[in-house]
Amino acid sequence: MFAIKRLNAWLGLAFISVVSGSAFAGQPMNMTPGVTDISAEVYDMHMIAFWLCVVIAVVVFGAMFYSIFAHRKSRGVTPATFHESTTIEAIWTIIPFVVLIALSIPATKTLIDMYDTSDYDLTVKITGYQWLWHYEYVEDGVDFHSKLQTSISQINNDEEKGENYLLEVDNELVIPVGKKVRFLITSNDVIHAWWVPDLAVKKDAVPGFINEAWARVNEPGIYRGQCAELCGRHHGFMPVVVRAVPEAEYRQWVAANAKPESATEYAVVSQ
Amino acid sequence: MSDKTSKTTRGATKLALAAVFMFSFGYLLVPLYDVFCDLTGLRFTDEEAVALSPQELEEDTSRLVTIQFDVSMNQGMSWHVKPEMQVMEVHPGRVYTTFYSASNRTVGEMVGQAVPSVAPIAANKYLVKTECFCFDNQTIAAGETVNMPLSFMLNPRLPPNVNLVTLSYTFFDITKNASAENQLDSVLAYK
Amino acid sequence: MSTVAAGDHHDHPESPYSIKRWLFTTNHKDIGTLYLWFSFIMFLIGGVMALVIRTELFQPGLQFVDPQFFNSMTTMHAIMMIFGVVMPAFTGLANWLIPMMIGAPDMALPRMNNWSFWILPFAFAMMLSTLFMDGGGPAGGWTLYPPLTLQTGDALPFVILSMHFMGLSSIMGAINVVATVLNMRAPGMTLMKMPLFVWTWLITAYLLIAVMPVLAGGITMLLTDKYFGTSFFNAAGGGDPVMFQHIFWFFGHPEVYILILPSFGVVSSIIPTFARKPLFGYASMVYATGAIAFLSFIVWAHHMFTVGMPLAGELFFMFATMLIAVPTGVKVFNWIATMWRGSMTFETPMLFALGFIVMFSIGGFSGLMLALAPVDFQYHDTYFVVAHFHYVLVPGSIFAIIAAVYYWLPKWCGNMYSEGLGKTHFWLSTIFVNLTFFPMHFVGLAGMPRRIPDYALQFSDYNMMATIGAFGFGLSQLLFLVLVIKAIRSGNKATSQVWEDAEGLEWTLPSPAPYHSFSTPPAIK
Ligand code: HEM
Ligand SMILES: [Cu+2]
Ligand SMILES: [Cu+2]
Repeated sequence: MFAIKRLNAWLGLAFISVVSGSAFAGQPMNMTPGVTDISAEVYDMHMIAFWLCVVIAVVVFGAMFYSIFAHRKSRGVTPATFHESTTIEAIWTIIPFVVLIALSIPATKTLIDMYDTSDYDLTVKITGYQWLWHYEYVEDGVDFHSKLQTSISQINNDEEKGENYLLEVDNELVIPVGKKVRFLITSNDVIHAWWVPDLAVKKDAVPGFINEAWARVNEPGIYRGQCAELCGRHHGFMPVVVRAVPEAEYRQWVAANAKPESATEYAVVSQ
Repeated sequence: MSDKTSKTTRGATKLALAAVFMFSFGYLLVPLYDVFCDLTGLRFTDEEAVALSPQELEEDTSRLVTIQFDVSMNQGMSWHVKPEMQVMEVHPGRVYTTFYSASNRTVGEMVGQAVPSVAPIAANKYLVKTECFCFDNQTIAAGETVNMPLSFMLNPRLPPNVNLVTLSYTFFDITKNASAENQLDSVLAYK
Repeated sequence: MSTVAAGDHHDHPESPYSIKRWLFTTNHKDIGTLYLWFSFIMFLIGGVMALVIRTELFQPGLQFVDPQFFNSMTTMHAIMMIFGVVMPAFTGLANWLIPMMIGAPDMALPRMNNWSFWILPFAFAMMLSTLFMDGGGPAGGWTLYPPLTLQTGDALPFVILSMHFMGLSSIMGAINVVATVLNMRAPGMTLMKMPLFVWTWLITAYLLIAVMPVLAGGITMLLTDKYFGTSFFNAAGGGDPVMFQHIFWFFGHPEVYILILPSFGVVSSIIPTFARKPLFGYASMVYATGAIAFLSFIVWAHHMFTVGMPLAGELFFMFATMLIAVPTGVKVFNWIATMWRGSMTFETPMLFALGFIVMFSIGGFSGLMLALAPVDFQYHDTYFVVAHFHYVLVPGSIFAIIAAVYYWLPKWCGNMYSEGLGKTHFWLSTIFVNLTFFPMHFVGLAGMPRRIPDYALQFSDYNMMATIGAFGFGLSQLLFLVLVIKAIRSGNKATSQVWEDAEGLEWTLPSPAPYHSFSTPPAIK
C-alpha cells in the first residue's frame, strides 16, 4: 500500500514535468505570423485568444486548486451548504458573453478583409488533382503542374531525408512581392484544400466549383504548405511551395515561361 | 399498470415516428439547401431567368465590370474547351453574348455537362444567364468542334465594390450516364 | 410489451456462464453490463488502430503501413471510438443507472433494449470485415465526404449498412431512455428532482432521435449516388458535394454533444459526493444543458469555414459557435462552486472527475479559438483540431466514463476496487493522455495537417512524444481491466451507501444491487 502511495506521488511529479518539459523540444510550436498583413492579423488574434484562455484558465483552475488545497476533509473543514446564487450565476453568464463579443469584433473585421478580392493585380487558378497541383496564371499565360519532389527512397528511409523533406516540389508557384494575387481554387477529382500557413490562405478545392482567396506577400522568400483536406492515398504527399520574388524578377520569369498561344488569347474587349 | 404500458407504447411510437420524420428531414435538406443557396447566392440553381424589373434592365453605362471566363475539365473529361474571350468589360443591365468552343478529339461521340460557378460569392446571384450551354447537356460527335453560345447580363444591383466577376465552367463527362439518365429524369426531381 | 417491469420474472438470474442468459436477457442490469463490456472490447480494438497510426507517425518516413491502410485506420479508429465506445458506454451506464436513479424496476421497453444491444456486435463485425474486402476498408475519413468516399471499393455498401445498424441501435436506445424517464419515475420523483445524469441523458436521447436519422439519410444518398445513379452530391447531375458536408455536420455537431452531455451528468453526480456539498446551481445546470442542445443545431458549419461560404454565413456560424461556450462555461463554474468550501476527499472517481474538469476545459479553450473563423483558416484540418477533439473526448468523455465505472462499480458488483491501483491508473492515464495530445497542439499550430501518414522533419519531436504517450495510455488501460476484474471477483464488501455522502436512490439499494430492484416504487422525500 505504502509503495503504491509513493509511486503515485512520483507520478504526480512526472505529470508536471511532462507538461512543462514538452515545451522545450526546440522545434516550431506556434502559428507563424506569416508574411502578409492578413496573416499577421490572424496571428495576433490567435495570440489574443490564447492569452485570454490562459487568463481564464488561471482564474478558474486557480480557484479550483485553491479549493482542492483548502477545502479538503483532511484539514477538518465542515462543508458549507449553499447551492445556488442567482447573482453569481448571472455574473458568470454575462461576463463570458461580453468577452466573446469583444473577441468577435476583430475577427469580423479580418474576415471581411479576407473576402475582399477587388483591386487585384493578377489571378492564379489553382486546380487540385490526386495528387498534385496545377497552376495557371490567367493573365500571364503561364501554366504548369507542381508535384512532390522528395524521392521515394527518402520516403522509404533508404536515403537520408533532406531539409525540406515532403515540402519540396518540382515547379514552384512564383508570385510577385507586394502585389495582390487572387487565387481561384478548384479541383479535378475529389476535394482538396490549398494551404500556405505563411499566407494565412486555406481554401477547399471542390470539383465543379471555384473558390476565391487572395494574398499580398510582403517579403521575398519561399513559403511551404500542404494539402489540408484528405484526398486519398497520397494526401500527405502533395505539398505547396510558393516563391515570392520582386516584381521585375517575376516579369522575367513570366517572359521565360509563358506559352505564346495562351498569352495571345488574352484580349480585353470593351464595348 | 396497463395504463402505464399503453402510455409507454404510445410515447415510444411517437418517438419512432419522430425518427422517421428526421430521416425524411435529411432528404428535405436537399431542397432546403437550394433555397438557402438562392437566398445567399451561394451556388447556381438552374432557374437563372429570374424576373427582373424594368429598371433593373436599364443599362448602367457609367459602370464597367470585368468578366473573366474560365473553364476546367473534370476527371476523365477529354474535351478541349476554350472561351471565345477570356475577359470582357461589360455594363450592368445589358445582355451580352459570347461562346465557348469545344472539340471532341476522341474517336467516339461524347456527352458533356457544364457546371457553372461564379466568384466572388457575393456576385453569384447578380450574374444572370439568359441562354447557356450549361442549361442542357451537350453531345459532340467524334472529331467535331462546336461553338456553344452563352448570353448573360449583370444585374445593375451588383454590389458596388465588385469590379471583377469570374464565370467558370467545369465540364463533366456524362456519356456513360446519359442514356440511363433519361430514364431516371423523372426520379430526379432534384436536378 | 406485456409488462413494464423486467421481462422475465426469475428472482435470480441464471448463471453468468449461460449464453442463453445474455442472449435473451431483458434485464436492464444485464444489458447495461453487456453494453459496458462491448464498449471496452471496442475500446481495445479502436485503441490498437490508434497505436497503428501512432507507430507509423513515430518517425518521419513510411515505416510500417501503406498510406491507404493508414487512412483506413484513421477512419475506422474514429468510427469505432465514437459509435463503438463512447456511445455504447453511455447507453450501458444509462441502462444500469437510470432505472435505479428514478426508482423504476427496469427500462420501459425491455425487449427492445435487448435488440438494440444485440444489433451492435453484428454491426461492428460487418464494419471490421470491410478491412478484408477488395479495395480495403473505408479510407475517406469518418466524415465520409464525397467524392472521396465514393472511391471506396467493395466496402462502401457494407460500411453504410453497418452504420445504419449502429444508428438504429442508438435510436432504439434513445427511445427507451425517453420512454423510461417520462413514464417510469417513482411517484414524487418530479423532473426537477431527477439526478443530472438522468437529465443530461434525457436531452441526449432527444438529440439522438433528432440527428441519427439525418446521418442515415445522408449516407443513404451516398449509397444511391454510387450505385443507383442519383446525383445528390455530383455536380454534373446538378448536385453539390458540399451539401453532404452540411448534412453530415447537421448530424455531426449535435453528435459531439451526444458524446459529452452524459459525461456532464456523471461529473455532476460525483463532485457533490466527494465535496460533501450539494451540487451548485442544479437548475442552471439543467438549463445550460438545454441551451447547449439547442445551440448545437445552429453551429454545424463551423466545421466548414474553409469550404467557401458567403461572408454572412461565416459570421453567423462564428457567433453561434462562440455563444455555445457560454453555457459550457456555466457548467464548469458550477462544478467549481460545488467544490468551494466543501469538505473534499480524493478517491479515484473524484480524481477522474477533477481531471475531467481541467482537461475538458482545455478542450473547451481550443474550441473557443477554433470558433474564430479567420483564425480557423490556420487551424482547420491540422493537428490543432486533433488535439481539440481528443481533449474533449479522451480526458473528457472517456475519463467521465471511467470515473462513472469507479463510482458505481461497488454498487454493481458489491466489492470495492483497489483504491491504490485506481489512483495509479488515474495518474498514469493523466500523464500519458497529456503526453499524447498536448504536443499535438504544437505541431498543429506549426503547420502539420491531420490525416497524413508521413510528415516534414520539423514535426518529428512532438510526434515522437505523442507516440510514446499513446503507448503509455493504451497500456495503462490494461491496468483498469485488471482492476475491474479483481473487484468483480473479490475485494472489501461495499456498504449500500458505498460513499460516505452519496445521495440518490441507487445508494438506498443493497450492494450489489439485486437483480430486480424497485419492484415496488420507493418513497421519495
Ligand atoms: C466550447 C465548446 C466547443 C467549441 C466552441 C468547439 C468548436 C469546434 C470547432 C470550431 C471545430 C472545427 C474545427 C475545424 O475543423 O477547423 C471543432 C471540431 C471538433 N470538435 Fe469541438 N468545440 C467544442 C466542444 C466540443 C465537444 C464537447 C466535443 C465532443 C465531446 C467536440 C468535438 C469535436 C470534434 C470531434 C471535432 C472534429 C470533427 C472532425 O473534423 O473530425 N467539441 N470544435
Ligand atoms: Cu489532400
Ligand atoms: Cu462542432
